[in-house]
Amino acid sequence: MTFDPFQTWLIIFALGIGTFLIRFSFIGLVGDKEFPEWVLRLLRYTPVAVMPGLVAPLVLWPSATGGEPDAARIIAAFAALFIGYFSKNLLWAVIGGISILYLAMFLIG
Amino acid sequence: MSSTTPKSAFWLGVRDALPFILIAAPFGLLFGVVASEAGLDMAQLMVMTSVVIAGASQFTALQLMSDNAPTLVVVATALAVNLRMTMYSAALTPHIGKATLWKRALMSFFLFDQNYGISILRFEKHTDWSLDAKVAYFIGTIVTISPIWIIAGFVGALVGSAIPPEAGLDFALPITFIAMVAPALRTVAHIAAAVTSVALTLAFSFIPYSLGLILAALIAMAVGAWIEVQITKRQGTLL
Repeated sequence: MTFDPFQTWLIIFALGIGTFLIRFSFIGLVGDKEFPEWVLRLLRYTPVAVMPGLVAPLVLWPSATGGEPDAARIIAAFAALFIGYFSKNLLWAVIGGISILYLAMFLIG
Repeated sequence: MSSTTPKSAFWLGVRDALPFILIAAPFGLLFGVVASEAGLDMAQLMVMTSVVIAGASQFTALQLMSDNAPTLVVVATALAVNLRMTMYSAALTPHIGKATLWKRALMSFFLFDQNYGISILRFEKHTDWSLDAKVAYFIGTIVTISPIWIIAGFVGALVGSAIPPEAGLDFALPITFIAMVAPALRTVAHIAAAVTSVALTLAFSFIPYSLGLILAALIAMAVGAWIEVQITKRQGTLL
């Protein structure tokens, strides 16, 4: 990471203030108004639209291997997806994914 | 239930929030570990987790910082992850929107997925609760979950700084994202949005400054919403 302390603090405070304004938007400022249905519908999909895209390049081209696809990491990613989808439990998916990663690294070498 | 006082509502909020300690503690711990591995120092990490209080966006910021994305892209993408909270804010306004300004500001600062979820259920069920009872309930959920989140981040940072970089923890962050997304894939529309997001981010990887991700996410949101409309229409004609 090449961020200097100033940039890091800038990000932290911008994120803090921006997140507060998002939370405060209706409770504090807009008041008792309804969202149009199409806005609500788009907002429902923001997390599933941002996070998978963020993670995909990390799985396919991990920086730890210099950007080369790595079987152990891909297997671990699918294991976490599988466990998370069926257990609906974040913690189990993390523990399962990391365990499979170490197991696969050990087996594949 | 008409005898619900602010005091009893407060304690009900504490009780309802208790199970969520089991989510906040490990998740906060994980943030501390991953953030210290990503290179944040203790002060930066603690301020971030205390003023943002939104795990998914904190992890998003960490990842984009590790990718050396421009500052503006880091902030914009991490805030996009939090946009869902405008919905929470809107949904809670009919219930707590008439509280004094400083109380509204305080409750907004500490509004996150878990206490939104439990509060809105209570408020819609107990329509006879007074404004003070609703505010007291919400504050009960805050004082139960938030300190645990912050302390867990601190413990995680201590643990993280003790783990050497050779331990391969670089992959803890991607795994955490997958673990957050997988349980959210509730419908065909959510799955379609996620698949679109992955395919387009990879296709747009030639676009600099991680802007491909933002473009991919916008299209993925539209795809999710569009499929939801199609499914609703089809169910409408079947009924």
